[in-house]
Amino acid sequence: MRRGLEAKWRLIGLIGVSAVALIWAAPFLWMAVVSVRPGVPIDIASLTPSGPFSFKNFSEAWRSGNFPLWYLNTFLMCGGILAVQLVTASMAGYAFARLSFRGRETLFTAFLLQLLLIPALLIVPNVATLVSLHLYDHLLGIMAPYFVSAFGTFLMRQTFRAIPRDYEEAAMLDGAGVFALIRHVLVPLARPGLVAFAIVSVTAHWNEFLWPLIAVSSPSSQVLTVGLASFTSGAEAGSAWGIVAAGTLLVAAPLLLLFLIFQRRFVSSFVFSGIK
Amino acid sequence: MLLGLSQRSGARVTRPCWLPAAVLLAPSLAFLIAFTYWPVLRVLGQSLIVGRFTDARLLGLDNYRRLFADPHFARAASNNALYAAGTIVPGLTLGLLFALALRESNRWTAVMRTLLVMPLMIPLVAAAALFSFIFLPGGGLIDFYLGRFGLAMTNWLGDPDLALGSIIAITVWKNAGYYMLFFLAGLAAVPQELVDAARIDGAGALRRLCHVTLPMLGPTFGFVVPIALVNALTQVDHVVTMTQGGPSDATTLLLYYIYQQMAQNYDLGLAAAATVVSVAALLGLSLVSFRALERGVYYAS
Repeated sequence: MRRGLEAKWRLIGLIGVSAVALIWAAPFLWMAVVSVRPGVPIDIASLTPSGPFSFKNFSEAWRSGNFPLWYLNTFLMCGGILAVQLVTASMAGYAFARLSFRGRETLFTAFLLQLLLIPALLIVPNVATLVSLHLYDHLLGIMAPYFVSAFGTFLMRQTFRAIPRDYEEAAMLDGAGVFALIRHVLVPLARPGLVAFAIVSVTAHWNEFLWPLIAVSSPSSQVLTVGLASFTSGAEAGSAWGIVAAGTLLVAAPLLLLFLIFQRRFVSSFVFSGIK
Repeated sequence: MLLGLSQRSGARVTRPCWLPAAVLLAPSLAFLIAFTYWPVLRVLGQSLIVGRFTDARLLGLDNYRRLFADPHFARAASNNALYAAGTIVPGLTLGLLFALALRESNRWTAVMRTLLVMPLMIPLVAAAALFSFIFLPGGGLIDFYLGRFGLAMTNWLGDPDLALGSIIAITVWKNAGYYMLFFLAGLAAVPQELVDAARIDGAGALRRLCHVTLPMLGPTFGFVVPIALVNALTQVDHVVTMTQGGPSDATTLLLYYIYQQMAQNYDLGLAAAATVVSVAALLGLSLVSFRALERGVYYAS
């Protein structure tokens, strides 16, 4: 009796959540549909229109925004941040995982403070710091606050701890130094942790807006999100919603596609990211 | 995976020399000092400097006096409290409900999970661009479909009574799937024997949920709540691009207020004082929520 009742509730729950999920997907559906409808159709909000369809909005969006430059800057920013983070996080993660020194736990807690005190919150002093370091208005200035990652350090510490010591001892007997040990023995073994970190890091910085908006003023150093904001405010004023949707899709597509292809990887990485 | 994180295997090896640790930690520490610790001290200092138009650097509490006398700041603080409650409670509740309904893995639930997580993958400014149209009075997505039921022409972003709610809706849409992922992981870690034992004892589904499953999710809440708190204080991209705090301050949040004072009014003293207050609130609330959740977990177990 009870089992049958429970199964019924399960089904109702599943149907309810599926309905919500479809509502959740509606903005994406609209973005995709309206981006391929030229001009300003009268039923522009319709999710199931009948043609005509074309890619005119995309060419228009591409022409009115400086997408090649924004893509380049965003790639450089995400890649630069990740490259430096991987080095600093591997080094610090090794120190916290394998070395014992006074104040290790206190220092680790101090690292974790960075999870709360994120750069977007500290824009006032951070811009002042960029100015005094002559990094204001440079891509490097956007990247600098992220060159160390508390989350990355934590993740590498956990990953290194899970690796048996035998590998290191064998390498040390062969006369490897600490850096060679990390670089050639531990990092290759820690690849799953590194991939998880890379996914979370690139997603976070690809999507970030306020800090890149403030740290840079000249158009030549703008990233995708900042470019999109100025681009859409112009297009919205002209009610060119098809072009807004096309531009938004151009900005969001790379990550969305990667997510749809490598879902499992993304999901497990994000779950990892919340564990402090 | 969750359990593996708390293991302590191999944490202890004595190396007498501190030099390797110092060398390995130096680069990270340099950046942490420059962009995390020093900024906190620096903004404290900035908030105490009075006299913005003179070179004389007098110290005093003048900025704080002006801050607490500013009705815009009071509005930003109360808006942010509403925004935090309005995003965290529904966001976590939805995340938990999604996870409970989709905890079994099959093709269908996998597709539904994907749809719910997709908003996480796009920038908040991209979401803002989409929702500008969704909320558009008259011809927008909501009104187009609500219009068929005779409900249309709601000015979701232009009505001071509705604007903050609309901003909250965007944030919930964007984050609920993210929280679902943590609850899915948390649910997977609840031992099935425990649930089965409660079932054999005659506990119904609701009682099993309240007395077995939810208490076991304590640690999950323990890290999701601080994440949600940080989000509530730092995710203001849609306010910057959609409403600029308006109409009549209805959507001004603390970080937007800081941004406004800094980038538009060039009032660094006020921006710095507002930052200090916000950081203090964040640290305090994180500590309190962490303690409260810790105690909750303790009592429940």
